[in-house]
Amino acid sequence: MTAIVNIFLKEGVLDPQGKAIHHALDAMNFEGVEDVRMGKQIVIQLTSTNKEDALKEVEKMAEEILANTVIEDYTIELN
Amino acid sequence: MKHVAILQFPGTNCDLDSQYAFEKLGCTTSIIWHKEEELPLDTDLVIVPGGFSYGDYLRSGAIAQFSPIMKAIIAYANNGGKVLGICNGFQILTEVGLLPGALKRNIGLHFISKFQTLKIVNNSNDFLKKCDKNEILNIPIAHADGNYYIDEAGFKELEDNEQILVRYSDEKGNPIVVNGSVTSIAGVCNKTKNVFGLMPHPERALENILGSDDGVKMLEGLIA
Repeated sequence: MTAIVNIFLKEGVLDPQGKAIHHALDAMNFEGVEDVRMGKQIVIQLTSTNKEDALKEVEKMAEEILANTVIEDYTIELN
Repeated sequence: MKHVAILQFPGTNCDLDSQYAFEKLGCTTSIIWHKEEELPLDTDLVIVPGGFSYGDYLRSGAIAQFSPIMKAIIAYANNGGKVLGICNGFQILTEVGLLPGALKRNIGLHFISKFQTLKIVNNSNDFLKKCDKNEILNIPIAHADGNYYIDEAGFKELEDNEQILVRYSDEKGNPIVVNGSVTSIAGVCNKTKNVFGLMPHPERALENILGSDDGVKMLEGLIA
C-alpha cells in the first residue's frame, strides 16, 4: 500500500515561499491567481494491506515527525 | 570549575566555536556525539550548538530531535538542568518540545548573515542576568529559518511569564523586522526558565577585534 502525506503550513500562518511564488506568477503576467500555498509531499510504501491499520500508523508518523503541528497541517491518502 | 557539555550532530558546525567560547570563559567542556545516551555526570550546562543537523532535511532540527542523546537532554532539562540552544540548537529545542513555538523560513527567503542589534527584553533568568533590561547588544545572526511563530495564546503566555529573552531591534531599541518573527522575537525560554533558545550567535561575539564582545555577558550568566 502507498501512503501519500501532504503537508502545508496552517491557515493563518504566513507562508513566505507560497508568497514568493505568487509574486513570481504575477510578474509573469499569469492572471487570476488568488493565493499560493507551498507544501511538501511524502510518499511512503507500506507492507501493510489493512487500510485502517495503515492509516493509524501513518497518522502517528505525521504527528510525531513528518509534520510540525505547531505550524503545519497534513492530509493522508492511501492507495 | 563549571563543565559544559556541547552536543554534536551530523552537520553541526558551531560545536568548536562554542567550545572555544566556554573554555575562554574558564569552563571545562566536552563534545558529546549525538549517538551517546548519557551526559557527563558533572555537566552544569548543555549547549545545543548551531549548524545544519542532518542537512536541515524535512525541517530544520526535525531529525535531530530523535537522536539517542536527546532523551538524556529532555531528562536533564526536566530535572532543572540548564540547556541553551543556539540557532539550529534553538530549532531542535522547539522541535523536541522543550521550547514553545516553531521557526519558519525567513520572510524574505534569504539566508541572512550579518551583525544584528538586539534588545534585552527580560533579564529575570539565569541566561541574561548579567545584561540590563532594554540593553542593546550587537550579536551576529546567520540563518534561513529564524522566523519565529507562536499562536496568540502562546504569545500571551510568553509575555506574562517574561519568557521573551531578546528582540531584533535598531540601535535605539525599536523592534525591527529581520526575518518575520512574531513581534521580532529572537530568543525565548521555557516556563521554568532553565531552557533557553535564540537565533543569534553569542559564541561568535567574544572579541572586539572580531566585531563585538557582547556575547561574553550573555554566556557568562549561564556559568555564574
